[in-house]
Amino acid sequence: MTTLSEGIVYLLQQMLNALQLGSIYALIALGYTMVYGILTMINFAHGDVFMVGAFFCFLAAVYLGLPFVPALLLTMLGTALLGVAIERLAYKPLRHAPRVSAIITALGVGIFLENFTLALAPYPKHIPMLLENVTWNLGGISLSSLQVIIIFLSLGLMFLLDFMVHRTPVGMAMRAISWDKTFVPLMGVPVDLVISITFAIGAGLAGAAGTMYGLAYPVIDPYMGIMVGWKAFISAVVGGIGNIRGAMIGAFILGGVEIMVAAFLPSTYRDFVAFTLLLALLIVRPYGILGSPRVQKV
Amino acid sequence: MNGALVESREWLVAQRWLLPVLILIGFGLAFAIPEYGWFNKYVQLVMMYVGINVILAVSLNLVNGYMGEFSLAHAGFMAVGAYTSALLTMKVLPVLDYPALFPIAILAGGAMAALFGLIVAVPSFKTRGDYLALITLAFLMIVKSLIENIDYIGGPRGIPGIRKLTTLPWVFFWVVVTIWVIRNFVYSKYGRGVLSVREDEIASDLMSVNTRRVKFLAFAVSSFFAGIAGGLFAHLLQFISPRVFDIIKTTDILIMVYLGGIASIGGSILGATVYTVLLELLRPSTVAAMLSWLPDVVFEPLNEHFIQHLGIWRMVIMPLALVLVMIFWPRGMMGLREFRWFIPKRDLEAHHRGAEHEGRHDVPHGQ
Repeated sequence: MTTLSEGIVYLLQQMLNALQLGSIYALIALGYTMVYGILTMINFAHGDVFMVGAFFCFLAAVYLGLPFVPALLLTMLGTALLGVAIERLAYKPLRHAPRVSAIITALGVGIFLENFTLALAPYPKHIPMLLENVTWNLGGISLSSLQVIIIFLSLGLMFLLDFMVHRTPVGMAMRAISWDKTFVPLMGVPVDLVISITFAIGAGLAGAAGTMYGLAYPVIDPYMGIMVGWKAFISAVVGGIGNIRGAMIGAFILGGVEIMVAAFLPSTYRDFVAFTLLLALLIVRPYGILGSPRVQKV
Repeated sequence: MNGALVESREWLVAQRWLLPVLILIGFGLAFAIPEYGWFNKYVQLVMMYVGINVILAVSLNLVNGYMGEFSLAHAGFMAVGAYTSALLTMKVLPVLDYPALFPIAILAGGAMAALFGLIVAVPSFKTRGDYLALITLAFLMIVKSLIENIDYIGGPRGIPGIRKLTTLPWVFFWVVVTIWVIRNFVYSKYGRGVLSVREDEIASDLMSVNTRRVKFLAFAVSSFFAGIAGGLFAHLLQFISPRVFDIIKTTDILIMVYLGGIASIGGSILGATVYTVLLELLRPSTVAAMLSWLPDVVFEPLNEHFIQHLGIWRMVIMPLALVLVMIFWPRGMMGLREFRWFIPKRDLEAHHRGAEHEGRHDVPHGQ
């Protein structure tokens, strides 16, 4: 850093990278937070659904030879179906079981997805470039068309989701179920259907995240979902789990922190700082930035 | 079961003096097996892994089963114990000249892990359930990440060349110590406190249970034995790295605990044994050896198309089995039940009465 202006350019460049990483985290974090909001259950398999999304994208691109948009849509459809299948087969039978059974089951589903993918694809795969990538230079800051697409597509999906949750009947049903599970079904809300829709949307967003992650960091492997999934989960918790806008805020904060740590410290400290941040936040403000404490009744 | 069988089982359960005798026989066997080579080296190794996993499962059950929290940090405590004891035997203690120093190194590993356990216990005063699970997860990741960043202890490459000091008698000794201590803890005044925290923390606070002290103790004891297991593990594997102690290791231990059943020492022993042995049995070489009596016409294609691929597929089968267990058999092998030899005499009658109407114990996470 020789001059001030170079420093500012470097900082802006890193902020752009943070925005890209944050958007991917946000898309995954939304799935965690939606499922938690509606079922108060941590869907630990969600990070692996993201991973499967990246592999679906690989299949669509290499074996079907699809261009970007159809590949993205097919991936989202695929992961949405996977999400519904997981919910119906593994989680639904446990809806009234002790909560810990559901958590263990989710961990089991996650490991199953990882190892199943590993058994079918033992070596890391390389996703071909689906988009023509142009890099612009804006006064020293390099901006690629891929970055623009990732950021705007994620933001678009997030606004779509936010609109759906707050302005449509399905969203209203979701919010109602997360509010009360005893009386809402009596009002004629099809609870099972709404829960399945929630899983489908969450998993579909994870599929979109998998596609974009696979384009930004083209080498994919079956264990890539673990760390990214945990990071997205941290984002959801930082923002206040169960809160959709909180998940987006948390994701951009975490993305920012991680990129800045990597920019100014050895990159091996990234996870350390991310998890310490989580720990500190949970101790100071256990319900996240936008979350509200649940009152425990005796 | 017919009457005679029930009667003989009742008679057997009443012979409590058999337990110390069995332990002595076990010790004898633990010395004799390696001495006379009764089983091959591989089987001995599996036995030691079973022992270490029993220690891990029983100690995790204290926090996750008896106290009803959901801790994911066990592999982290294990890592602390493993690194502490390995560094001690490699750099500080002259273990080669004085083999008696090995238990001291193991104890130091356990003590260090217990210290970290106390740190994790502090946030558990205010948070429960999912958020505490997250805190323990964060702890696990921080430990792993710290080890990766300290070059002196090998960083991400780990520590190779640890001496092989873990032997079958030592493993057996520590298994007995773990079960004895945790059994006595669970049936002590503090143990009742632990159970009351699981059932209803606020109510137990009101009944003047010192919940903070109870949590401190439970976390310390649990992580102490995780550290012990880590030390034994390091001196058995002879190589440790941060990658050994990641979330997958914790998941393994969780599977053992919930397969065996929560709040049951006997269950954890069974769960750890069954899980470890099953994983070993599903190895391609073991399956091939077991099926080698088949005629070649059957064996060859079976071997080529199925057995040789088990290496990966067993890792697919195990989580699937876990999910099925959770759905169809949510209490595991012995959830909330216990080997009666482990229950103190004064509690046996109460246990009997409790077993008749145990419905409300089904919800470990009081909401």
